Amino acid sequence: MMGHLSLSHFLVVGGLLFCFGLMTVLTRRNAVAMLMGIELILNGANVNLVAFNHYVAGGLSGQIFALFVIVLAAAEAAVGLAIILAIYQMLRSIDTGNIASMKQ
Amino acid sequence: MDTNLLVFFLFALAAVVGAAGVPMSKNIFWSAMGLLSALIGVGGLYVLLSADFIAVTQLLVYIGGVLVLIIFAVMLTSQIKEIEVSNQNVGLVSGAILFVATGTTLSFVAIWAPWKIAEQPSHETTAAIGNGLLGTWLLPFEVTSVVLLATLIGAIVVARKEIKED
Repeated sequence: MMGHLSLSHFLVVGGLLFCFGLMTVLTRRNAVAMLMGIELILNGANVNLVAFNHYVAGGLSGQIFALFVIVLAAAEAAVGLAIILAIYQMLRSIDTGNIASMKQ
Repeated sequence: MDTNLLVFFLFALAAVVGAAGVPMSKNIFWSAMGLLSALIGVGGLYVLLSADFIAVTQLLVYIGGVLVLIIFAVMLTSQIKEIEVSNQNVGLVSGAILFVATGTTLSFVAIWAPWKIAEQPSHETTAAIGNGLLGTWLLPFEVTSVVLLATLIGAIVVARKEIKED
């Protein structure tokens, strides 16, 4: 594995990015930090898509898919941050433990 | 050790160390800086995978757009100086256990699975992506523009302050 640059190298990096993202989403209380974790997860998936496109599939489809993932991640971040700002204006907090007013 | 491998380890180190900083740093602003390092590292990996257009898009959209947006949100919402308040962690132990479990599983599969490697790795693709977006992938391309418009309007409607009539 160490000799040449291969598919496994990129897959391991993508997997690690995914794991750190998952850990962020599950352990953080801050809503903005959770959004950062989602971005990390999407980046890990993107690395895998582009790596498979380069080493296995050939052609373009993997890169086009990665492009759409990037665009949708940007859209998701914009809407998510807008919601977080609205919640902050209303409740003065973005701690996910405190945002329970919709429970009743 | 050839040059490609050296460059790979440089960018992979930036990506993984930055990504590790996101769940572990005490201050949320340093989490954002870790995300910056991770995004730059991933962009470098795209160049190594001969996905030049994706790499430039990563720089423009993620680092120029999403990250700036996230840093704005960090500045607007949290009192950064109060470390405990700004970035609280719950269940770091169970998070670490989950990380070890998924990390080893994914790495094991990535290294030992018998992937079918193509003989001809792909080359630079910017021109082909341009043609593809106006040919084969025209419909998803147009749908994406509608999604972006909806996002624009939705974000403005959600985030603005409402002005009451009375």
